[in-house]
Amino acid sequence: MRHFLDFEKPIAELEGKIEELRRLSDPDGINIADEVARLTEKVDRQLNVTYARLTPWQKTQVARHPDRPKASDYFAALLADYTPLAGDRAYADDAAIIGGLGRFHGHSVVALGTEKGSDTDSRVAHNFGMARPEGYRKARRLIELAGRFGLPVLSFIDTAGAFPGIDAEARGQAEAIARSIEACLAAPVPFVATIIGEGGSGGAVALAAGDRVLMLEHAVYAVISPEGCASILWRDAAQASAAAEALRLTAEDLKRMKLVDAIISEPIGGAHRAPAQTIATVGQAIEEQLVPLLPLDAATLIARRREKFLEMGREAAA
Amino acid sequence: MSWLTEYVRPKIRTLLGRREIPDNLWVQCPACQQMIFSRELEKNLKVCPHCSHHMRATAAERLAWIFDESTATRIELPKVPADPLRFRDSKRYADRLREAREKTHLEDAILVAHGSIGGQRAVVAAMEFDFMAGSMGAAVGEGIVAAARLAVLQEAPLIVFTASGGARMQEGAVSLMQMPRTVIATRLVKEAGLPFITVLTDPTTGGVTASFAMLGDIQIAEPGALIGFAGARVIEQTVRETLPEGFQRAEYLHAHGVIDMVVPRPVLRDTLARLISLLRVREAA
Repeated sequence: MRHFLDFEKPIAELEGKIEELRRLSDPDGINIADEVARLTEKVDRQLNVTYARLTPWQKTQVARHPDRPKASDYFAALLADYTPLAGDRAYADDAAIIGGLGRFHGHSVVALGTEKGSDTDSRVAHNFGMARPEGYRKARRLIELAGRFGLPVLSFIDTAGAFPGIDAEARGQAEAIARSIEACLAAPVPFVATIIGEGGSGGAVALAAGDRVLMLEHAVYAVISPEGCASILWRDAAQASAAAEALRLTAEDLKRMKLVDAIISEPIGGAHRAPAQTIATVGQAIEEQLVPLLPLDAATLIARRREKFLEMGREAAA
Repeated sequence: MSWLTEYVRPKIRTLLGRREIPDNLWVQCPACQQMIFSRELEKNLKVCPHCSHHMRATAAERLAWIFDESTATRIELPKVPADPLRFRDSKRYADRLREAREKTHLEDAILVAHGSIGGQRAVVAAMEFDFMAGSMGAAVGEGIVAAARLAVLQEAPLIVFTASGGARMQEGAVSLMQMPRTVIATRLVKEAGLPFITVLTDPTTGGVTASFAMLGDIQIAEPGALIGFAGARVIEQTVRETLPEGFQRAEYLHAHGVIDMVVPRPVLRDTLARLISLLRVREAA
């Protein structure tokens, strides 16, 4: 079943009509091609208009769309010989963070991602993309592995944030995140991070402190969820839309503030309408960012990465 | 807090521009409810003489307590763009900042000073919880980076007293980026072969815990301090379980191997002095 967001209602209705016409046309052979074409054009126009001026809150919903391509979809399409690796060598394997070895556009790489899952079973198995300490410790282990063998790291971020649980706290959630950020910053290899959906707070930064940080057009990256922010500052979670606005969490905002390096355009109607096309575009964008980093030595990479983060927020840009 | 503590203090603070407690005042311990003569409480470093409850302390008090007498010099911190998002909720962030500055007489939620501890050079950064819940925005991040650079310059250990509700929401992703920025600061200190010691005080949560606060070579916490990543309420709502007794308290973290020691305030300076001298064999030789 297809998921439509609230603001996509007019589009859903038009597409429903097209669907109906197609169904009707089959048995009696009435030529409805013209009508379908007309409606299809209308859908495209509507999508264009709607998606060209999504509000920050609407973008948040698009970023969380259940049909939006997930980290595992990117791995499947972009990595040849993908070989998953598991575990933090201390406690468990956390399926909220997936990662392993693979060949990206011919380069052997380490891929990492927060994985939300795509149906009820897999969402539960991946804990809805909310990692525990063992997930961040696995990430750190894989980043260190990449460093040892000179492999670039590609990370794909899509998480509401780190898992807020008793067990996670007991096993040092904060420390695990801090160490994962540290591992990103210390990686002696090129590191390209892409925010593909939700970039939720510390749990996202843990995998995103790279040389280049890319963001899909409708992805969001924020210090707190709009709902969380609204309930704290407005004392009303229903003010999420206002909070989303105030937080400046869109790709455009982040790029303007120089907190991310590039925005990757999404197909009309968002990544969930054309996952394969989106993934291919992301692959191209990563390749473009990765290639200039490949000849740089470890010291240069680390020094530049540090300089880039140290410069962030030093000049006013909003 | 009783009416006694709230009675004249706020007025006097603004008049004098610093925190001076008149000596005829009694304070009630929030833990055991006993009344304490305020002078005695000050002498006892804000630790209740009846139940040993560690009350929250200001950044200025931290600096005054930890350095050898009259050796501390506060440094001016680099300016950062205020209100990068032009954020406004029910109130403008610019106004909240102004009010916090008036209330605390600080520029932001951190103070940095250098001086000596037990005769040994040290740089200390102390966070101010009274300043917007010690939240970390660009100014706090810059303060940590500046403290790290100063430590490297002076070849001195860096000690950070944390007290924070986490990232400063009003600075959005700019505050989020203080996590990697402060992590870089810890690397600068460590790569110079210098000790980085964190003293986690009540409360230390969120993005501060999940960045520099958890990267100490040695991690100390004050008794009873609340230390964690996620807030208790969020956890309860997520897992729908009652939180265990003492959850996220210093002693709980110690039992779970997250911190090295829980150190009562009156012996903290001696502990830090000892740690520094034990770690700095190379310099002494």
